[in-house]
Amino acid sequence: MATTKKKTTAAAKKTGAKLKNFATAPINKSLSKDEKIDLYRMIVGIRRFEERSLRAYNQGKIGGFLHLYIGQEAVAAGIVSLMEKDDHIITAYRDHGHALAVGMSMNECMAEMYGKHTGCSKGKGGSMHFFAPDKNYWGGHGIVAGQTPLGAGLAFALKYKGLKGCAMAFLGDGAVNQGSFMETLNLASLWNIPVVFVIENNGYSMGTSLKRSSAEENLAHRADGFDMEWEVCNGHDVFEVREVANRAMIRAREEHKPFLLEIRTYRYRGHSVADANHEKYRTKEEIEEYKRTKDPVNVVKQHLLSDGTLTEELAKKIDQEKKDEAEASAKFADESPVAPRSEIQTDVYWEVDNDSEGELKGTYFFND
Amino acid sequence: MPLITYREAIKQALDEEIQRDENVCIMGEEVAQYNGAYKVTEGLWAKHGDKRLIDTPISEAAFSGLAIGASMLGIRPVVEMMFMSFSYVAIDQLFNNGSFCRYMSGGLMNVPIVVRGPANGGTSVGATHSHTPENMVANHPGLKVVCPSNAYDAKGLMKAAIRDNDPVFVMENTLLYGEKWEVPDEEYIVELGVANILKEGTDLTIVSHGRCAMLSLQAAVTLEETHGISVEVVDLRSIRPLDEETILNSVRKTHRALLVEENKPFCGVDAQISHIIQLKAFDDLDAPIRRVSAIDAPNFYSKELEDWQLPNEERIIEGALKAMA
Repeated sequence: MATTKKKTTAAAKKTGAKLKNFATAPINKSLSKDEKIDLYRMIVGIRRFEERSLRAYNQGKIGGFLHLYIGQEAVAAGIVSLMEKDDHIITAYRDHGHALAVGMSMNECMAEMYGKHTGCSKGKGGSMHFFAPDKNYWGGHGIVAGQTPLGAGLAFALKYKGLKGCAMAFLGDGAVNQGSFMETLNLASLWNIPVVFVIENNGYSMGTSLKRSSAEENLAHRADGFDMEWEVCNGHDVFEVREVANRAMIRAREEHKPFLLEIRTYRYRGHSVADANHEKYRTKEEIEEYKRTKDPVNVVKQHLLSDGTLTEELAKKIDQEKKDEAEASAKFADESPVAPRSEIQTDVYWEVDNDSEGELKGTYFFND
Repeated sequence: MPLITYREAIKQALDEEIQRDENVCIMGEEVAQYNGAYKVTEGLWAKHGDKRLIDTPISEAAFSGLAIGASMLGIRPVVEMMFMSFSYVAIDQLFNNGSFCRYMSGGLMNVPIVVRGPANGGTSVGATHSHTPENMVANHPGLKVVCPSNAYDAKGLMKAAIRDNDPVFVMENTLLYGEKWEVPDEEYIVELGVANILKEGTDLTIVSHGRCAMLSLQAAVTLEETHGISVEVVDLRSIRPLDEETILNSVRKTHRALLVEENKPFCGVDAQISHIIQLKAFDDLDAPIRRVSAIDAPNFYSKELEDWQLPNEERIIEGALKAMA
């Protein structure tokens, strides 16, 4: 019954050690030149999109919260690039990167943040609640760890229907201390559900460091308590992410086994833009050091320059294209209308929206 | 027509729906191998096996959330809460994800789950096991909630709930599980949002739901026999959606209303019903609307006092006489 678990990649164990060249791992070696360029394009795209959204937020164009993914881009880009037809994905409120990675357009995402009718949720969800079920992307969820049982549910449905897929359930390091997540780890392992939990460990649950929030700082070790396999890797190198996640995903698909993946990453910005204290609970040097040595955009760029996939000119061109696309999305969002007031009471009940074949009875809404 | 228990009626509904739709499955604590804590699912595991009857660990948040996630991909889980009181540890899943996923995605997804289990007091189990949260559920647009008062409705509403494409709570009652009613052999559905007039009358309308509707019916018979008051009893069956028309038509006929529920009075279901009646039938009323609810405190453990705390025939008659004064 006992299974072999545990693995911390050498590079993850010794942060700052000379990087193993994950680009030469079989799963990465098999990438075509265009596919590698696409990875770069995606990572740069997420970065430029979020930089543009930050400007919009500061201009007061975006309301509520804005949880930026800047610094973590290689995680979503890498894992989504491994997804197959029957694989599904769900995440928490830091959801822009995953949304763009599955193929949502900058326009619909930016418009959603602007609260416009052209947004992916018609302006009903905002920054934290992007969804694209047609792309197997199930959100975008606002309550810490609340999405983790849903992710297990997606995987449960795949197994129930006899489909060979897996569900990727993302969470942050702050979410590991929620009861719903630990309950879900148990269920997933007990029932052999093909779900891969991906802890994007950026070191801080809002303003509280890992040291101050988790008694066991090796978060992946929690899987041991549930007889689940785990692995730890770095999140700044998209090729490392792909290499490690691929194993977990194959295992989930082939053997219907859950997996806990802890990916060590870093966010450059605060918990949300409203988190003005983010240079008080950590040092400026810490942020600068990560940017200098492990910036996900730079790392993938260096890989592709060194193997001849990319030239400086092409890299620059792609970067400019993504800046332009982000700029255009802001213009699109700005010029889009907000939803009409009649939309307030749509999308509440399926039965109401679809008139339920004339079987709709009774009062559904209670306005004077 | 065969006379069967409320428990048996629910089981028949589950059994028939499992056979009708391969995506219907039942999950919860002790639902399969133990045959159900209240024996509602007795025999279903032996008949349908592990895939359709799924025993869960005591993890309401996780299995409620799992059911919601699975429903997004077309599974139709029926989640049993051993007590509806236990849904309180899964509130984030049921109330945030269950009710809001559809809305926040702009209608891109829906959550066809059923959450069922007993939601009642009166059994000397103390306040933590005696919740009647139909008012809380109804306060969340996106959720639906029904409270069957008898075996016929329990079966028909359960089948409607399972076929519904939105999340539906079915509030059962442990004190009714063993009671018998006539239930036809042939298949039928009781649509959500349609109230039932249990007894016609001309002097006073009692609006009630769940077990209290049956208590109201008993009280109505007594009121007629001993006080000569002709009482009409409206059983809501469904709280959200709500059959306003049946309530209003009855009040327009009798001109007086008594609202009876096991909920606590403050922000209870009947607070909303009362508002609707005064708003839409103000000129038809000959007297203030009266209410009989649970006496406003956590449920008492001791049987004698809990029996008085919850609506009973005596308190309903007292309320009716006030409404007639």
